Amino acid sequence: MHSATCISVNNVSFWYGSNQALFDINMDIPKNAVTAFIGPSGCGKSTFLRCLNRMNDRIDGTKVTGSIEFESQNIRDKSVSVEALRRTIGMVFQKPVPFPMSIYDNIAFGPRTHGIARGRALDTLVEKCLVDAALWDEVKDKLKSSAMALSGGQQQRLCIARTLSVSPEVILMDEPCSALDPNSTHRIEELITRLKDEYTVVIVTHNLQQAKRISDNTGFFLRGELVEYADSTSVFGTPARKETDDYINGRFG
Amino acid sequence: MSSLARTPILRQRRLANGLFQSICAVSAVVAMTILGYILWFLLRQGLEYFKPTLFIRLPDNVNPALGGIKHSIIGSAGILFIALGISLPVGILSGIYQAEARGKLSQSVRFLTDVLNGIPSIVIGLFVYAIWILPYALKHPGQGYSGLAGGAALGIMMIPLVMRTTDEMLQLVPQSLWDASLALGTPRWRTMLLIILPAARNGIVTGVMLALARVAGETAPLLFTVLGNEFEGPFTGPIDALPLRLYKYATSADPVQNSIAWSTALTLILMILTLSVIARLITRSGKK
Repeated sequence: MHSATCISVNNVSFWYGSNQALFDINMDIPKNAVTAFIGPSGCGKSTFLRCLNRMNDRIDGTKVTGSIEFESQNIRDKSVSVEALRRTIGMVFQKPVPFPMSIYDNIAFGPRTHGIARGRALDTLVEKCLVDAALWDEVKDKLKSSAMALSGGQQQRLCIARTLSVSPEVILMDEPCSALDPNSTHRIEELITRLKDEYTVVIVTHNLQQAKRISDNTGFFLRGELVEYADSTSVFGTPARKETDDYINGRFG
Repeated sequence: MSSLARTPILRQRRLANGLFQSICAVSAVVAMTILGYILWFLLRQGLEYFKPTLFIRLPDNVNPALGGIKHSIIGSAGILFIALGISLPVGILSGIYQAEARGKLSQSVRFLTDVLNGIPSIVIGLFVYAIWILPYALKHPGQGYSGLAGGAALGIMMIPLVMRTTDEMLQLVPQSLWDASLALGTPRWRTMLLIILPAARNGIVTGVMLALARVAGETAPLLFTVLGNEFEGPFTGPIDALPLRLYKYATSADPVQNSIAWSTALTLILMILTLSVIARLITRSGKK
């Protein structure tokens, strides 16, 4: 971990009602790198990911303690606008969720919301996002047709393009490939590897091979705790903790 | 005996299955028969005077057979339009509130909506009569009844229906759509307006149409509010409506008027049917 820190997490705990889901998480997420979270189902990795852009705010009865600092500002400060935060720290979900509108309008939705571009400039921006998400060639002739007609893999790339459209600095991905076939997965992995030149990527995945292939750092979560966090080569090569070793070698989970 | 043979217990299950299936089928047939019988009866009784003059003439007191119910059709349509104008904004906005607001108030709103929904229509008519028509009539003797008041009464009846539909349809929109929009930094109001409401549109339209169809046949609240009229009049005064005309003619001593009552009923049913068909068409075109 040499590069500059993008998000600094200090003593974060999280509750769903009286159920504690995260225990005292501390980690620095480096800039322009891919950070992967792995761990068995229900270990809190997705919950933690959703804390990073306050997507949990919408769920009733949740509680967070500790601080999450992005560019040395605590994202849970009263002065922070949650809209501005989510624009800066975007998110791609497990299931591709295109809006029920045209491909063009899907990408243009964010820029229109934030008044980023209109007219010709918007056309250019939409094209750039689709190119960046490796979808442009497949959809350039049918921008006006419904996004719902795309295949699952195309829809997920559309969602990535949509996330890029509001020029975020960080992209959170919550198991973005788990609903996709191997070919689409491969394309999205390539895309993620390219994205880190411009963005900071944090990805939750159940696919250990995927984490190993694309991530620079890996965090292993177990029962709401961050058991091990180091560069991926050492996590997958010489894990420091026995639990990590057991999990990676399929002895549980 | 092979393991695939029909053992007594399996035979018994098959029997129970068949029995249950036939009971359900019979019930469905009973329901359909009742509907069919009503429609057939309406057609048989109502077709005699169901002709163009019915729709373009006013009642003829000298020769009822030459009269029509034009003013009742216009009256009913107008009242429904007013009811829609009142219940649509109030019902949809409060439905959004119910679906989205957290806390005690929204829960009590949901409960009170059900209570409002359960109030008999005649009580709502009485209520509008007491707070609107009576005070006015006391100041201006002989006046007060109006199409506006009738529209308001039906509008009040529709509010809880529209509210409930909106609430339920918004709840049906998957959470993932919310997440996808909010994750772009979209404010809640914009997400609701541009993503969630359009996704729930078909269901809401259908619900509103059903509510409209339900109140279209209401007679009780109109008795106290629009009064009924033999002539065409402005909506600020007493007007006629299909259910009122139906009631009046059905209880008349004149057999011709009795017959026209059936034609009026047929007209009312067709109007409601048209609303349902429109709802279906809107829903279907939205699915493409």
